Amino acid sequence: MHARADDTTAPNWPDDIFATLQRFDVRQVPYVPDAGHSKLIQRVLASSTMRGIALTTEEEGVALLAGAWAGGQRGVLLMQSSGVGNCINMLSLIPILRFPFLTLVTMRGEWGEFNPWQVPMGSTTQGVFELSGVQVLRASDAAEVPAVLEAAAAQAYNALTPTAVLLSQRLIGAKVFTK
Amino acid sequence: MSKANLLDRRQVVSTLLANRKDVVAIGGLGASTNDMCAAGDHVRNFYLWGGMGGAAMIGLGLALAQPGLPVLVITGDGEMLMGMGSLATIGLQKPSNLSIVVLDNEAYGETGGQTSHTSAAADLVGVARACGIGDSRAVTTMAEVEAFAKAIHDVSAGPRFANVKIDSASLERILPSRDGTYIVNRIRGDLGFQPI
Repeated sequence: MHARADDTTAPNWPDDIFATLQRFDVRQVPYVPDAGHSKLIQRVLASSTMRGIALTTEEEGVALLAGAWAGGQRGVLLMQSSGVGNCINMLSLIPILRFPFLTLVTMRGEWGEFNPWQVPMGSTTQGVFELSGVQVLRASDAAEVPAVLEAAAAQAYNALTPTAVLLSQRLIGAKVFTK
Repeated sequence: MSKANLLDRRQVVSTLLANRKDVVAIGGLGASTNDMCAAGDHVRNFYLWGGMGGAAMIGLGLALAQPGLPVLVITGDGEMLMGMGSLATIGLQKPSNLSIVVLDNEAYGETGGQTSHTSAAADLVGVARACGIGDSRAVTTMAEVEAFAKAIHDVSAGPRFANVKIDSASLERILPSRDGTYIVNRIRGDLGFQPI
């Protein structure tokens, strides 16, 4: 479970993300199940216009979005920082095929992380994206989510600029395991 | 190397595409993409020169975006093994217009013919069926290839999967365009989508 010291109510930022994706006519939403994205995934699965597509591994989602674009639809890939490393070779499709790529990444391995196994990939997530030609934007608090999502979706879909939004662990809340 | 009773890959692919009508076809990284080009370049051919393991998922994304169009993935056993999880994803989504053909020569032909997992242990038909793709066939005759080529056009009865045992002959390479942006925009244009 996730907990935040300064807020015990259900977060609204996933609703803001959903609204932005809806406005940009996003239709295919591949995801690997993830606690930070759980509310957004619920919204997607309940939506009549978006299709949530559960993956077995994140790189499937990169290839899926290439196919979606060829068929005339936009998509967004939802994943966690640990999944970014799984995508590296498949990210090469993005500059080659020049399709709109937007991914929303919930971060682990930072801001109060308790699990050292999450730290190596969480620490290199931004660098992996940048080396792969994907621009990185970050949202660290709920108030900035709408503006960051708007900017990311606009440059991804309108300017074909591959973009990752890192949703920081400070925003999501550090994972706590209670005994 | 090649066994007498195995099918000729080029004959298989040209049979699959002979009466293609509105089919969008995706070739996997390796010889299957060359086979598609050898059957005749086509505005709706999606050739992969990289992104190994991604062919079936590109097919799924396209099939979901264009549910009225038959979408055909033609790939090799090595490429399919790398993206085997995508069979589980496709089994879950059940796109009724998606067909997948694996040209199975039990070897990595592009890299010197090293044996693949299908030569000894892995049964891709069993995997596809166990992942929820009910119409999963093992194909060993041209009559079965012809039947599958007809079935592809029924966009309400898929997804379907065929594993075709082909001989391991190394054929002359027929190389399609390797400009990915051109390839994908050519398909989009034919489907009626304007450039951004």
